[in-house]
Amino acid sequence: MSTTYALELKDVRKNFGKTEIIRGVNLAVKAGERVAVIGPNGAGKSTLFNLISGRFGPTSGDILLNGQAIQHKTPYEINRMGLSRSFQITNIFPKLSVFENLRCAVLWSLGYKYTFFKFLSGLKDANARAEQLLDMIHLDKKRDVLAMNLTYAEQRALEIGVTIAGGSDVILLDEPTAGMSKSETSRFIHLIKEVTVGKTLLTVEHDMGVVFGLADKIAVVVYGEVIAFDTPEAVRANAKVQEAYLGSSVADSQAGGH
Amino acid sequence: MSAVYKFKPYNVGRWVIWSLFALVLMAAPLVFTSNLSTTMLAQMGIAIIACLSYNMLLGQGGMLSFGHAVYTGLGSYVAIHALNAVSGGKLNIPVSLLPIIGGVAGMGFAILLGYVTTRKSGTPFAMITMGVAELVFAMSLMFSEFFGGEAGVSGNRVAGQAFFGITYGPQIQVYYLIAAYTFVCVALMYAFTQTPLGRILNAVRDNPERVEFIGYNTQRVRYIAFIIAGFFAGIAGGLGALNFEIVTAEVVGAGRSGAYLLFTFLGGATFFFGPIIGAILMVIAFVLLSELTKAWLLYLGLVFLFMVMYAPGGIASLIMMNLRVAKFGKLKQIWTSYLGLGLTALVMLAGAGAMIEMVYHLQLNSALGDTVKFMGVNLNAKGLDSWFGCAFVMLTGLGLFELTRRQYMREWGEIQTEIEKEIKRRETAV
Repeated sequence: MSTTYALELKDVRKNFGKTEIIRGVNLAVKAGERVAVIGPNGAGKSTLFNLISGRFGPTSGDILLNGQAIQHKTPYEINRMGLSRSFQITNIFPKLSVFENLRCAVLWSLGYKYTFFKFLSGLKDANARAEQLLDMIHLDKKRDVLAMNLTYAEQRALEIGVTIAGGSDVILLDEPTAGMSKSETSRFIHLIKEVTVGKTLLTVEHDMGVVFGLADKIAVVVYGEVIAFDTPEAVRANAKVQEAYLGSSVADSQAGGH
Repeated sequence: MSAVYKFKPYNVGRWVIWSLFALVLMAAPLVFTSNLSTTMLAQMGIAIIACLSYNMLLGQGGMLSFGHAVYTGLGSYVAIHALNAVSGGKLNIPVSLLPIIGGVAGMGFAILLGYVTTRKSGTPFAMITMGVAELVFAMSLMFSEFFGGEAGVSGNRVAGQAFFGITYGPQIQVYYLIAAYTFVCVALMYAFTQTPLGRILNAVRDNPERVEFIGYNTQRVRYIAFIIAGFFAGIAGGLGALNFEIVTAEVVGAGRSGAYLLFTFLGGATFFFGPIIGAILMVIAFVLLSELTKAWLLYLGLVFLFMVMYAPGGIASLIMMNLRVAKFGKLKQIWTSYLGLGLTALVMLAGAGAMIEMVYHLQLNSALGDTVKFMGVNLNAKGLDSWFGCAFVMLTGLGLFELTRRQYMREWGEIQTEIEKEIKRRETAV
């Protein structure tokens, strides 16, 4: 009766020193689901993403990607198994052009690995894929601009492009719309929907309008625990969520934000 | 910039550049015919390979190595031993291929030692390379059978069978061997920058963390690049062994490693051709400047200092920035300032140089009297008027230089804004 989830977390815990940041998270995401991870600042959303993507290992617990344990693997091993992530703070290759950024990100998945006896210009599949990604993220006019010279919104789009380039099935987006204006955000959400069709998506998001528009399911993280994981409607109606989430928000603002 | 070159195999400009490069390599000894210049040209070829291989680490991979001479130097040692084996009849390969033996040796030691060094990046990497370099230098003093002790290991490159009458007896034949290796190695190292690994190496330099999340093991990327750099370094070392016919412990020393770093940086690590300029300057400094003045290392240090402070992209980036200005037809607005900068700098340097020479004279040559000849002028190293005169020349130069510099910076800024506007205009026009 074993259902294989695209991503499954079993009692995952993480301590930094004596502080428990993640306190026993259980989560099971089916393939193709879009999950929004919400919660107050400092609740552990980013830490959770870092654990899943292998930036650091959990103190205990299991993380399964398509049924395979990944909690002791390195970021590049996890990426090769089909999980890719973006970062809250734009994390691209500043001195490479937009096109080069995307091409770098497709190389491994097309099997080029550490090749040094083939010219990049001769890699038809990699170049075609990079051009296609350029169109997908609407940066085709900025093809040869160095990434560091892009506007903030363009850099965020490139960040998404680099993340989806390798064709991973499970995509983690850490606050993809952070720092964007309202109109930019709605355009950007549209873009995210477009480029992640058919993929399993986990995204940290603060804008509730966006969350309800984007997600099939919502995971509410409060103080290192997932207190609810359900459809948007159910989460909205969940008394525990309202209490805990609002309560902690109030506590947060009283503490001067975290 | 360096990373956005698009490779077009049938690009005319590319053919022109590579043909010119080959032509320069072939014609140089016909233009500069003296013995000294042939020797220097040979050394330049070797230095070009060495500096470019170093830049594979520094410029392309962001690896600040303090021990690159380990790989050129060990390449030299293995090559000279192989040469002696050929002379002794124990080894039967043409002398022309000995640099490749050096290259394989450099690669071998890079596989061995690089496994340790490339596990880390950034500052730890730099520290470890320094440690490894010290280790190898210490070993060179301990194992005198291999390293030849203080006298080093000498050899005779006229060995084995002559190939079409090429014996490598005359220096000019060695030069052409070096030139051929230089051309091939430069072409191969350029080709490397156009491969998947070459590009990922740039990505590792820019943002190693992100590379881990697009499937690459950054340690592995650094390690392979390090091995390839070691191979080319070893070829440079092997050519050095043939060129000098003697290898002493200084070839693995910290001074040599420092020189590679310094001149690669000076030439410009951000552009592929930068280290070529650096290598040429290195030989000029080591051979000519050191003959001209005892204070040459001090001048070198000063140049390096000012370069790091004011032009961290090296000479190559200065050239490229001015080419950009020229491309937009704006060089004529600024060339008078360059003339002014050059003249005032010269005045300032003349004053400063005279004082430096007088200090060196007092410290080292005071037995020869108090008179110092500097740029055709007799100066009295103990005379107050000489000192005041020099100080006056230097300060005048400095003041005028500063004035011209401010003027220049203003003009430069204006030109850059104009160019930015022009680019914007063209973009919207498309």
